[in-house]
Amino acid sequence: MKKYVSFFRLRFLMGLQYRTAALAGIVTQFAWGGMEILVFKAFYEADASAFPMSFSATASYIWMQQAFLAFFAAWMLENEIFDSIVNGNIAYELCRPLNIYHMWFSRSIANRLSRAVLRCFPILIVAAFLPKPYGLCMPKSLPHFLLFVITLLLGLMVTVSFCMLVYSLTFFTISPQGLRMLFTTSVEFFAGAVIPLPFFPETLQKIMELLPFAAMQNVALRIYSGSMSNEAMLKAIFLQLFWLFTLTAFGKKLCNIAEKRITVQGG
Amino acid sequence: MKTKKINSFQLYLHYVSINIRSMMQYKTSFLLTAIGQFLVSFNVFLGIFFMFQRFSHVKGFEYSEVVLCFSIILLEFSLAEMYARGFDAFPDMMKNGTFDRVLVRPRNEILQVLGSKFELTRIGRMLQAVVMFFYGITKSNVEWNVSKILTVIFMLIGGTALFTGIFLIYAALCFFTLDGLEFMNVLTDGAREYGKYPVSIYGKRMLQFTTFVVPYALVQYYPLLYILDKSTNRFYILLPLLAILFLIPCYLLWRFGIHKYTSSGS
Repeated sequence: MKKYVSFFRLRFLMGLQYRTAALAGIVTQFAWGGMEILVFKAFYEADASAFPMSFSATASYIWMQQAFLAFFAAWMLENEIFDSIVNGNIAYELCRPLNIYHMWFSRSIANRLSRAVLRCFPILIVAAFLPKPYGLCMPKSLPHFLLFVITLLLGLMVTVSFCMLVYSLTFFTISPQGLRMLFTTSVEFFAGAVIPLPFFPETLQKIMELLPFAAMQNVALRIYSGSMSNEAMLKAIFLQLFWLFTLTAFGKKLCNIAEKRITVQGG
Repeated sequence: MKTKKINSFQLYLHYVSINIRSMMQYKTSFLLTAIGQFLVSFNVFLGIFFMFQRFSHVKGFEYSEVVLCFSIILLEFSLAEMYARGFDAFPDMMKNGTFDRVLVRPRNEILQVLGSKFELTRIGRMLQAVVMFFYGITKSNVEWNVSKILTVIFMLIGGTALFTGIFLIYAALCFFTLDGLEFMNVLTDGAREYGKYPVSIYGKRMLQFTTFVVPYALVQYYPLLYILDKSTNRFYILLPLLAILFLIPCYLLWRFGIHKYTSSGS
């Protein structure tokens, strides 16, 4: 365990070095968040009664989404991992007395966490001071806030364990491109990055909520804005745990199989 | 030996053919990337589709009208992207010194930068746009006549020029910063993403910004009004062509950048 913690620490501190990149990212994310809110505002003005949650809850959802983009963005897969599989550097990693799955898992979590830590505070602070319906509102209550933090972290872990599946599958396909695209687009759509899940038609939404994608950003962002009933929250957290367990178990299995049949072509 | 000097256009075509041939060495990769491009913009379409399952209209625009708007901007963007993405790779050219090689050749440097990359994979996105375009046309009850068809053609020309201009700015700014500015994404990918809705829905100030500063509205909102019979102002037909003027300041910035250019030395 200690090895993985230090691996995590190393990556985390490394990630914190890229401050200018983070600043550029913050500015961009502000613009995207702002535009997103303007879109929803237009729809809200068109027909407020068709809105599945209150407007300020939607705004909070969007700002939180922007602030924690690095937690859930599907396209932030690690190129280094893909490269090491494609060009054979993976051989070095296999020589170490470490479990590849755990190592990559802790490093992915660290990378995403460091990115988010650098970027989230300026976004959250400014968004909190924006005028009323457009800004980030306070969490509904203290328990809501605590649940938000827990589900946020669970969501991060589900996202990473899903990414781990993609990395493990790359052992079999060698070229990561196709998988990557399929993965990125489906996550964006089903996780609620294109439009939040409550905006989908009801039957579709019910199915989507059961999928592992809904266990990523959807739960935390909706709990924060208080647009989930207690019962729904309980169910969602249970599903998050279930998917986290299933995905990691499956990923580990896959990784083991891959490790056994791997051939490094020299070079 | 007699050397024949080919003209710029032939040279560009030659660049394109080299690019395409090299891409065709990796056929599967090409196909997958193209499919990926298709899927990414399909996601955007699904977003629009499901929003309109819930809402019947937005600021006076209906579903089919928004689809038409989305498809035209997507087509403009993918056309520009197909041949002007060379500017996108420009930060790398700067950093590793390839641009020095470009400068010593007796040919126009923009031509060479453009020729360095021709993205045929964007055909996926373009295919998406074409499909959406026909879908939008059949869905909306636009009565097509010569002036409306001309408007669409002008929109495509103006929009492609506008996006090219923005790519050019992105590259020109590298002369000063040595690296691509992430913020420029808002003007390129952001415009593609949020250009799916007519700019007027973002409010008056956004409309003013996109009319006078970065003229997206000239190639999107105003001519769209004419096509959809929301306005009879014939001036709107020609408005997209005005967006071509945007290329002038972009080009000047690029020239100014080249004058200031000092090699990074690597």
